[in-house]
Formats: sequence, structure tokens, C-alpha cells
Amino acid sequence: MASLLTISSRRVPTRLGRLASAVSHQTRHYSVIDHDQKELQNLARAFADKEFAPKMQEWDENQHFPIDVLRRGAELGFGGLYTREDVGGSGLGRLETSVIFEALSTGDVSTTAYITLHNMCSWIIDEFGTEAQRQKYLPQITSMEKLASYCLTEPGAGSDAAGLTTTAVKKGSHYVLNGSKAFISGAGASDVYLVIARTGGSGPKGTSCFIVEKGFKGLSFGKKETKLGWNSQPTRAVIMEDCEVPVENLLGAEGRGFSIAMKGLNGSRINIGSCSLGAAQASIEEAVGHVKVRKQFGKVLADFQNTQFKLADMATSLLSSRLMIRHAARMLDQNHPNAASYCAMAKVHATDESFKICDDSLQLHGGYGYLKDYKINVYLRDSRVHRILGGANEVMRMAVSRTLLV
Amino acid sequence: MSNLRILVATKRVVDYAVKIRVNAAGSAVETANVKHSMNPFDEIGTEQAIQIKEALVKAKTGTAEVIVVSCGPAKSQETLRTALAMGADRAIHVESDEELQPLAVAKLLKAIVEKEKPDMVILGKQAIDDDSNQTGQMLAGLLNWPQATFASKVELGDKLMTVTREVDGGVETVKAPLPAILTTDLRLNVPRYASLPNIMKAKKKPLAKFTVADLGVDIKPRLQTLKIAEPPKRQGGKLVESVDDLVDKLKNEAKVL
Repeated sequence: MASLLTISSRRVPTRLGRLASAVSHQTRHYSVIDHDQKELQNLARAFADKEFAPKMQEWDENQHFPIDVLRRGAELGFGGLYTREDVGGSGLGRLETSVIFEALSTGDVSTTAYITLHNMCSWIIDEFGTEAQRQKYLPQITSMEKLASYCLTEPGAGSDAAGLTTTAVKKGSHYVLNGSKAFISGAGASDVYLVIARTGGSGPKGTSCFIVEKGFKGLSFGKKETKLGWNSQPTRAVIMEDCEVPVENLLGAEGRGFSIAMKGLNGSRINIGSCSLGAAQASIEEAVGHVKVRKQFGKVLADFQNTQFKLADMATSLLSSRLMIRHAARMLDQNHPNAASYCAMAKVHATDESFKICDDSLQLHGGYGYLKDYKINVYLRDSRVHRILGGANEVMRMAVSRTLLV
Repeated sequence: MSNLRILVATKRVVDYAVKIRVNAAGSAVETANVKHSMNPFDEIGTEQAIQIKEALVKAKTGTAEVIVVSCGPAKSQETLRTALAMGADRAIHVESDEELQPLAVAKLLKAIVEKEKPDMVILGKQAIDDDSNQTGQMLAGLLNWPQATFASKVELGDKLMTVTREVDGGVETVKAPLPAILTTDLRLNVPRYASLPNIMKAKKKPLAKFTVADLGVDIKPRLQTLKIAEPPKRQGGKLVESVDDLVDKLKNEAKVL
């Protein structure tokens, strides 16, 4: 655990605007990300500023899923960031991926979060699929011609994911799946569903992973859920009633389902955490803009020490979250044996802290923050769910405490 | 078959979205720790060169080599990398930490033109930091080449370019034989994003470096900046009672009549 404390002072990424200028000047020679990674960040931020930001509120209000814009992003390589290049992926590492997702999230957290889930599915097929499966599905997934959804959670199995009860019984040339998945992002719109189902006994080792396609007999979807946030992506139940899945759609060996799911989720912890960072970053930018113009008691809010101290605390908190996320991403890239715990800690910290930053930003907006005319409410509502999904923060704490008490 | 060589000039400037301020010494705009990017008109120029190349390849009538050049300090390479990521083939960096005014840049570009012998040089109509709107015109003068400035449309024929220019009176079309100078205006095209694969590929594209001494150019500034100040702070508005009152204020207070 001592290694946790050895991160030396690093430079604040320049995206914090003027707040960062002062700090970055002092720590000029250290940088968390290098020049190449900054190029990727610039691209993602430019795309977010132009394609996401102007539409964010409209998509949230109208629950619109912007498939055309997603595909424009896929043309630039956002559809398979850490998928291998031979099938159309961008072949980047987890650190670059985190930087890109954080930048995209400043424009729209909900849409970026969907992109991260799609990317996770792409990686799972890339990493655990046969060559035939990779070639069959990934070119269309990386281009987002086909969208992908990840189906683990069930009405009776959330934090206790290993308690899932969807069954998959082999019958000749097919597996027959029965059960339902809940809260599935993209369900109904996606073409490809990665479903974890029970092929063997109880517990994680009795599960397997299947590639289920829209149009397979026995696959249907529940009603579109009405949510507090993440409104630019549809969320539905995925229902399998004697759903027939060809045997060649088994992904990895029987019994490997949960292990595959968990490996995918490690990366997802970084991804969801990165989306939270983007929400926090944008919230700070919004707050800074507001406090420079809003006047009370004869001066702008920015001239009050409370405002100044509050913003300083927000920036400090964001920095700590960002460092933890990027450190964990680096560990994943290096296949460090403890990467999973660091991803868990980073996820808890970043999602908890970022929500507070969005909340603090709303407070700095005063009454205006409560109006939907202002963007801050969207960042707050979107980032709230990051504390719940991808492994609830409570589950993350379970994972971390296990490594401490071993 | 036409094989064109296109030289595109780019400049690294303070990003257009930054709220600039005058530095503490009152001598220049503050540029330290401020976000920089490629001059927007140069992005348009890079995009145009790449579109010309893509059109030739698509029509199977030839191809083009797009060379992007920038004169400035080491950080100018960031701008060159962006252009390479958009699709330029190779880059040239003329490195200098000195102040480079338009005439100096034009002379440096002339030296590069003499080395590379391009069929076209594309520049932005002006840089958004100094708004000089001189470099393209001076380069044409030094080379004795035809120039078409403020281009909103370009068509290439056989050793010939037809350019629609946006001018104060409206729109004008000119024809110029190649080799020629083109400067870009806002409506010429919409620059593409670099894609992630292209950003990665750009790292492997050639980037050649020259110093001012290598090119034997005198870059001594001919213009001296006497003063830099922020514009006067915006005053509150006033309501006027009548047209006469308005005319009186325009004449005697605002002094614009």
C-alpha cells in the first residue's frame, strides 16, 4: 500500500483554464500526459465542443439517442479506442482512452458514457473472441454501424452479479437462453448484446458469455426506462424467452463468463470514472464563468473569499481524482497484478468527488443553477449514476477491503 | 496526369477562444501558459490542399504532395503535427525564437519555395494574432508570382487556377497560371478533424528542420511596436430623447460624425 503514497507532484492538465495556468507554471517539468496524448485530448475536446456541447441539453430534454453523431465520432476512431487496429479499432492504451473519454464528457456525459460501454463490448470480443468472431463483429462495431450492449445485471442480481439466474442450455446446434437482464444501456437500439448466462452450477464459475444479436428468435426488450439522467441513451430490460443462440456465438469457454465480465468491468471503472472527471471539469468551467459575472453586495461572486476557496477545493479534488484514474489506467496498461484494486479505488474516489464538484458548482450558480436553462443540472444528474453502476461504489469498497484484509 | 506539389504555410497562434490580455509590462499580449492552436485560416488552407489531393486521386488524373511549413519557435511543431494528422504528407519547420514579421516570413517562405519548387503556395489570409494580411501578398511580390487572395472557391485546371474572391464590393473571379499564391478566406471549406489513426500515423511522417541561418535570410524587424493597450472599458449606454439628440451625441461625444 505504500506505493499509493509515492506519486510525485504532477502538472495540472491545462484544461482547467486560467486556474491551471498558475499551477502548471510552477510544475512545468512534470506532466501526467505527454505531447502525443495531448493531441488526442485536443481532438476529443474539439469534437465535444462542436458536436456534443451545443446539443447536450436538447438531447437530455428530448431523450434523444444521437446515433448519427456517435457514428461521426466512430469515423474518427472513437468506436473501438482500445480494440486492435486490424478490425478497425484505434489500438490505444487505457490512459489515452481515459484522456479521450474525459474530454468527450465535458461536452456530454451521457453520450460519452454510452460510447464507453460500447467500447467495453468491443474490447471483450477483441480480447476473448475467436478470430472468426472478431472478424465477423468487430469491423462493424468499431465503425458503430452496429451498436453493442453489455448485459450482466438482472432484476434479482445487481451488486450480487454472480447470483444471476439467466440460464443457457445447450440443445444441439444452439444454446437456449431464458431470463431477463435489467437496466441495459442501449438496449433496443443495439444490434449486438453480450449476455452473461448460467451454463453450469451456481456462482461465478457456472456462467458463460454469449454474443446475442437483435433479431434472434426469443429476444425482446422492455419499455424504455424514464431516468433522472443519462437521457441521451435508451435503457431497457433485455428479455430472453427460449432465445436461440448458435453455439459458435459462445464467447470464450464455458464457465469463463464471469471472469470475462469482470475483466471488462476493470476497464469500465476507469471509463466511468473518466466520464465523471469530464463532468467535474465542465462544472468547474461553468462555475468560473458564472462567478465572474454574477454580482451581489456590489461585487462579483469571484471577489468573495468563499467563492475563491470553494473553487480551489473543487480544483484540488478534481486533481486528486484525475491522478488516481490515470494512475490506475497506467497500471492496467502495464498489466500490474494489483490493477483491479487501484481501478476500484480510483472509481470510488473519482465518481464520489466529481458528483460533489458538480453539486458545489450548482450551489455557486445560486438559483440559476436550478434552472434547466443552465447546463450544470445535466452534469449533476448524469454523474449521479456513476456512483451506482459499473460496480456500485459499495461493491468497489468490498473489492478493496478484500485486498487489504487478505 | 498532373502531379502537384502544394506548399501550405501555417502559424501557431493564441487560440481564437482565449480571452487575451496585455502582459504586465504592457509590451505585448500575454502568451505564456495560454492555449495555442493553428491559425484558423491556415487550417482552411491545409484542408484545401488535402481536398485538392483527394480530388486528383479520386478522378485518377494524378496526385498531389502536400508539404506544410511553419516558421517560429520549437512549439510550432505542434501545429505541423496537427496538419500532418489532417493528412499533409510532410512538414518543414523553420526554427526561430526571434520575432518574425510578415516580410521576414515571406522571405523565409521564398527560400523554402526555391528549395521545394511547389506549384502552389496556400496561406491563410491573415493570422488572428497580428491580423497583418500581408505575408501571402509579399511572398507573391518577392517571387513575382500571381496571387489570388481571400479565396472562397478554388478550381484547378491544367496549370491554371480559377479563384472566387470575396472582396469589399462582392465576389470576384480571377484566373491565374500556376505556380501561384492563394490565400484562404473563411468560406473556402470546413476543416476536417484529424482522426485518431491519422494522429498516430502523423508521428511517422517526415519533419525537416531549418534555421534562419541555413536559409540565409535577413529577418530583422522593420516595424516597431510602440504601444499595446486594451480597448477602453465598455461604458454604460444612454437613452436618447430624439433624433437631434442622437445626432448631437454622435457628433460631439462619440465623435464619429
